[in-house]
Amino acid sequence: MYSTNFRIAKTHLLAKKKQTIVAILGVTFGIAMYVLMASVLTGVNKLVDNLAFQATAHIRLYKEADINRESVLETVYRGSNTLVKVHHQKPIREKLYLRNASEILDDLRRMPQVTGVSAQVSSPVFYNFGSVQFNGTLLGVNIFDEDRLFDLKGQLKSGRLENLLANPNSLLMGIGLARKMNVLEGDNVTVVTPRGVVFVLKVVGIYKSGIGALDNVRSYTNIGTVQKLLQTDPTYITDINIKVRDVYSAAGLAPQWAKRYGVKAEDWATANSTMVASNKIRDIMTYIVSVTLLVVAGFGIYNIMSMTVNDKMKDIAILKATGFSGRDIIQIFLTEAVIIGILGALLGVVLGFVFSWMVSKAPFDGGDFISIDHFPVNFNPVFYLIGVVFGVVTTLLAGYFPARRAADIDPVAILRG
Amino acid sequence: MTVLQASHLNKYFYQPERFPVLTNISFEIQRGEFLTIVGKSGCGKSTLLYILSTMDTDYEGTLTIGGRLLTGLKQPDLARFRNEHIGFVFQFHFLLPEFSVLENVMLPALKLGRFSREETESRAYEKLRLLGVHEQALKAASKLSGGQQQRVALARALINDPTLIMGDEPTGNLDSANAKNAFDILQDLARQGQTIICVTHDQEFAARSDRTIVMSDGMIVSQ
Repeated sequence: MYSTNFRIAKTHLLAKKKQTIVAILGVTFGIAMYVLMASVLTGVNKLVDNLAFQATAHIRLYKEADINRESVLETVYRGSNTLVKVHHQKPIREKLYLRNASEILDDLRRMPQVTGVSAQVSSPVFYNFGSVQFNGTLLGVNIFDEDRLFDLKGQLKSGRLENLLANPNSLLMGIGLARKMNVLEGDNVTVVTPRGVVFVLKVVGIYKSGIGALDNVRSYTNIGTVQKLLQTDPTYITDINIKVRDVYSAAGLAPQWAKRYGVKAEDWATANSTMVASNKIRDIMTYIVSVTLLVVAGFGIYNIMSMTVNDKMKDIAILKATGFSGRDIIQIFLTEAVIIGILGALLGVVLGFVFSWMVSKAPFDGGDFISIDHFPVNFNPVFYLIGVVFGVVTTLLAGYFPARRAADIDPVAILRG
Repeated sequence: MTVLQASHLNKYFYQPERFPVLTNISFEIQRGEFLTIVGKSGCGKSTLLYILSTMDTDYEGTLTIGGRLLTGLKQPDLARFRNEHIGFVFQFHFLLPEFSVLENVMLPALKLGRFSREETESRAYEKLRLLGVHEQALKAASKLSGGQQQRVALARALINDPTLIMGDEPTGNLDSANAKNAFDILQDLARQGQTIICVTHDQEFAARSDRTIVMSDGMIVSQ
């Protein structure tokens, strides 16, 4: 029974080849564009995510200038029923460091959800080389802890991480900064802190993180070196960067740890809120454009199927007169829609793959900000699966209503003329 | 043996207002009978035929074909019944233009599924040969002449060996030679035991059938 209906559907489609091909191409382009959009936009998202995790720890603990502290007057008059108001209090001079850093570090290292911890001391500095001067940041780290978090080894363009340990007065310089000052590995640069402390450090390596904002300003050195520059003791730690097992748990863990250690804690999503927002916008765009394309393709099919049903009123009446039921008629026209949908969707994912592949080979200059030379494309098989399913479902829906109408045709009205 | 029994059929049209099209129609047809229904345009003869065909279910009274009460059955059951028991011939041939002559004849049988595809095909050839159009079997239906197409339509009506053949002006669109030819075929079939009902306004056609029902204003005047 089914095969008879299928044969009728097939004959209908083959009898109007041009119309069938147009309908199939409608679906094909819809699906191909969906695959392309999804692949490129999620490719960009993935790239941005990866870059963000190269530059930002999952959670960062630090100390912030406390401007909401209790004033001296409030302390004195507490509980004495006296109204005290101190207007526009200025921050007091305090050192912004984590007071019990070594205890925090030990505690964090014992936690099962923590996979890496790195202590940092950072200071703004001026770099002098020859007569040029650039401002930037000098980051004191335990280079192997830092490597575990951010894969510094992979970012090194010249030199080795171990060189930093061999010579206490050495640094690893960002490639952008090195280029601006024309510094090569082995050169000595002079570093000046805001308080006027001067140090000469040897460049033992050059790294490239891919993010211009970091590569243009930042250098790594040993913790002790920065502590000496800032004239502080070895317990002086300004930041603790933490890597956790599940990145999406960071938002929940950050406030817990902030409370536990009495410090500020910032998770990656908060630190990169612009990035998270633009990722979301790209996701939404993908959905809007894809759904629009599929709906347009669906309307195309609806139109063509409606026209077919109108053209075939007599044939439908004859089929009904000779004993085909309404269900058979629906089956015939739905079969036509599904054949169009499946062929269109399969062609669509193939075309989508070809387009995505072409885009992935297209040169793209990320400029100073992101160092990429090709468009990032995410070849995720899930998009292809969704494309096929979506294509078939859309055509089923678009075909159902004309088919329903065909089934409801009253053969008597048509056969009597 | 009574093949078809219609009793007290009434039907109304509701546009523009309710008025009776058929009033108290009752008659029977015996097996092998060649019955014609005649009457002026608008007397309700076609309306009656479409009720008998089970395609129009909006009527009062009862309809029994081959001993089975059809009044009140659901559409899918009626479709199945038509497929198996009723063969149709219309004024215009109404073949499906995308299909070959052979496929047009085979479709109702494939739908019924009583025979395998091969058997159905040989049966279809047999019917086409009976009507003298077997040489056209593989041509597209739209490539045939009017007379040939009507014969193919007849072959399609016969494919499932129906209890009853119904014709709505089956010769109405044919020239006199082809009309005579079609009539002879129907008469032959009737002599072989095939029951036939035709609506016509061709007096000569009616005169040569076994029995004629004359209708006027929705009522049977003589039978």
